[in-house]
Amino acid sequence: MIQAHLSLLLVVIPLAAAPVVAILPRGRLPWAVALIVTSVCAVLAGMQLWAVVHDGVISYELGGWAPPWGIEYRIDAVNAFIALVIAGIAAITMPYALLSAEKEIPEHQIPLFYSAFLLCFTGLLGITQTGDIFNVFVFLEISSLSSYALISLGRKRQALTSAYQYLIMGTLGATFFLIGVGLIYSQTGTLNMADLTARIPEVLALKTIHTGFAFILIGIALKLALFPLHLWLPNAYTYAPTVITVFLAATATKVAVYIMIRILFSVFPDGFVTATPTGDLFIILGLAGIIIASVYATYQVDVKRLLAYSSVAQIGYIALGIGFASASGLTASLIHVFNHALMKGALFMAVGSIIYRIGACRMDNIQGLGRQMPWTFAAIVVGSLSLIGVPGTAGFISKWYLVLAALNQQAWIAVVIILIGSLLAVVYMGKVIEALYFKPATEKNLSVKEAPMLLLAPTWVLVVANIYFGLNTELTVGIAGQAVQVLGVVAK
Amino acid sequence: MSAELLIILTMLLPLFAALAIVATRHYPDLREAVTLVSATFVAILVVIIAKQFLNGEEFALTVAEPLPGISIAFRIEALGMLFALVAGLLWLVTSIYSIGYMRSHNEKNQTRFFAAFAVAISCTIGIAFSDNLFTLFLFYELLTLSTYPLVTHAGTAEARRGGRVYLGILLGTSIGLFLLGILITWLVTGTLTFQQGGILAGKLDPAWSGLLYALFLFGIGKAAIMPFHRWLPAAMVAPTPVSALLHAVAVVKAGVFTLLKVTIYIFGSDFILSNDVTGGLIWVAAATILLASMVAMSKDNLKARLAYSTVSQLSYIVLGAMLASKSALIGASMHIAMHAFSKITLFFAAGAIYVATHKKLVSELNGLGRAMPITFGAFLIGSLSIIGLPPFGGMWSKWYLGLGAVETGQLMLLAVLMVSSLLNIAYLLPIPVRAFFSKPASGEHYTEIKEAPKTILLAMIVTSSTCALLFFYPDPFYQLASLAVRGY
Repeated sequence: MIQAHLSLLLVVIPLAAAPVVAILPRGRLPWAVALIVTSVCAVLAGMQLWAVVHDGVISYELGGWAPPWGIEYRIDAVNAFIALVIAGIAAITMPYALLSAEKEIPEHQIPLFYSAFLLCFTGLLGITQTGDIFNVFVFLEISSLSSYALISLGRKRQALTSAYQYLIMGTLGATFFLIGVGLIYSQTGTLNMADLTARIPEVLALKTIHTGFAFILIGIALKLALFPLHLWLPNAYTYAPTVITVFLAATATKVAVYIMIRILFSVFPDGFVTATPTGDLFIILGLAGIIIASVYATYQVDVKRLLAYSSVAQIGYIALGIGFASASGLTASLIHVFNHALMKGALFMAVGSIIYRIGACRMDNIQGLGRQMPWTFAAIVVGSLSLIGVPGTAGFISKWYLVLAALNQQAWIAVVIILIGSLLAVVYMGKVIEALYFKPATEKNLSVKEAPMLLLAPTWVLVVANIYFGLNTELTVGIAGQAVQVLGVVAK
Repeated sequence: MSAELLIILTMLLPLFAALAIVATRHYPDLREAVTLVSATFVAILVVIIAKQFLNGEEFALTVAEPLPGISIAFRIEALGMLFALVAGLLWLVTSIYSIGYMRSHNEKNQTRFFAAFAVAISCTIGIAFSDNLFTLFLFYELLTLSTYPLVTHAGTAEARRGGRVYLGILLGTSIGLFLLGILITWLVTGTLTFQQGGILAGKLDPAWSGLLYALFLFGIGKAAIMPFHRWLPAAMVAPTPVSALLHAVAVVKAGVFTLLKVTIYIFGSDFILSNDVTGGLIWVAAATILLASMVAMSKDNLKARLAYSTVSQLSYIVLGAMLASKSALIGASMHIAMHAFSKITLFFAAGAIYVATHKKLVSELNGLGRAMPITFGAFLIGSLSIIGLPPFGGMWSKWYLGLGAVETGQLMLLAVLMVSSLLNIAYLLPIPVRAFFSKPASGEHYTEIKEAPKTILLAMIVTSSTCALLFFYPDPFYQLASLAVRGY
């Protein structure tokens, strides 16, 4: 029974729980429900991935209406993998959320906070589950609207302007996406993505299709925070409540990556990316993003903001892999989606623990805290190593595949820039570590204690995962390889 | 004990020691006992492994396989055995030395010091025993990271600046060039495992081989080839035991060792010789030998002078690797050991002088010889061994290196080696000469000054007498070195 409705349950459970959580009394009950919901979803997502890997594609017809008329949930290795990343990160974030949210969010808003969180979670999961491109738009809006609300809950007043900025940019992106979908619908008469795959080749020469493609591309690129459309991201990540930063950094942009890959390689025929300037565009913007965002990161004094710029740079790596449009490039992108979620999750959580203790995370506030909070500090060190791509960490695996993909295409400039990106990561994370450990502690910081267990444990789950997936890549590389096969990208 | 267990134990023992050191941080005597006991065991272990290895026993172990075809694996071969033997034995001597040094200096953060030191040794053994480039690279990077807190130990602005240069150059070259070289090797051959005779022959277009070799040569920043040598003088802000073991032995030798491994087991001597892979690059090493010696002459700070001397001596090994003939490779491999024992003696002496007199400059040493005869005697022996004079071990490695230059017909390079020996005399010998024969400036009399503490003296005596012993009995190292190049 569960097996048959797995795909639907993943969306329905959090969607149904969201309004319930909103009306629960204050206290810890809303959190408990959210915790249970996310954990259940994580288990279901794991089962779904297992089912897909072993039995092949799952097609679920919503309400029994056959596609392409009804909405179809169509799960293959690609989206099952992304769904697991989202649900898994949510489940790990929730234990962390309890204390962090109590500290950063006014008590009377706590139930609403968890309700909005679950809605956002629903939206993100929905995007991965659905096989209907209009449905993607709907879920995209569910997740976006709720994330605007979540970001605006941040403690500082700038949270409001950041949320507003994101609202404007996000809405632009969604509108572009919708226009694109409309244009394509006008020529193909279908919204089912599998169906689109079959029909688009017939009309591929039409200008309308190309225009629609361009609209969709830009719309998602905004959501993806692809350089130079990333302007909303640093503010949003900096001023959002820490839990939300952790969650969004690890999942929201990743879902956009998924949609991008789905449309570029699955909806549009193989070779379209390389036949049009799309591939080159991704390569150029990816490379520019890696360098420019990393350089920006080195100048930041707020650690959260620094990590946000680093995220923009990491998205550059993912875009680069997409731009290569080869099997190895896409494998690298998908692996990095997973690995980046692990490293940024761990880093933002560790920084969140510092904020929990001292209420800020500017370079001059955190001086000498490494000695007071050794476990948090160690988490930051391991997270940084993974971000840099030191062997033995998950980050190395991503870099390895990405550089191999670049070498395969003889894209020497890309190789050099990827490696320079790693060095810039050494510089900016080095600054954080130096401030934490090698600067003398201020008077005030000497009395700071290590973060509570409830914050440390989830952080360390991710830290250990960073090392585990650096040494055992059966899951990541295996699934990513299978996903690329599903997408039908020819090995190059 | 089984072979796997021995390998694991040698690597894990220092790691556990690091944990135990942290656990016993409130009891300094116990903490130092942990260091000494584990260093003793590691020394015994490497000797046992070396004995069994020379008896023909196989040591191999695969721990994990992160990527298909790329594993974390260990296998002991002759060159790695030689390196592990040097590092393992000298850790014990250095531990004895550091306890005296750190205590008489009242250094802060001694727990961090001893713990990071132990981790660094574990990484060094990992490098020595690794079976493929990936494993080697993993421990190579970990070694850089674990020695960073040792370089910045003092915590001053100068130490932090030194640390930044250290990390910047070592990580920069390794990620930017070394990793790239590894990736290209993987792409071309589909394997990273070290093999007798190399893996590139027949797979790599000889036209590109020079470029790939250059990636390794400059990417392995720990070999301190110019222009990427700046990290080594920068690292001299560390306490002297660190400079002695890590920046004269473990870290720098890890660099040249890696380069030798790449030369012998990735490229293969035949491939290099028949395609003239290193024809142009060899002059970079020759230039480094001479330039670094000249810079050393101009340095008044004793540790800086020794650091530049190390840069120069490392390039002897690099030069030997690039000559790639049998004798040259034997000379290069032996120089790992010979230079290690001589240079560590010099650093020990420099540290002893600093502990006893707080003097750092060569020009201040006039007349100190009578007050500290053992220290300066050891310094003299170390210097003579570095210069390559009998009856000290340094002679053998230079002999084989010179032989290699003649063998390959590179007489210009032989001249470089000769000139360099003269330069060595010029910057090293004046130091003991000043100490023994010059009068102190402004008529001072060193009546108050005594020799450094006993543990320091003991360590110096051990290493300097080993320098002499190695002249008469270089056999273990010679045997290992010639095993590494058998088949050529």
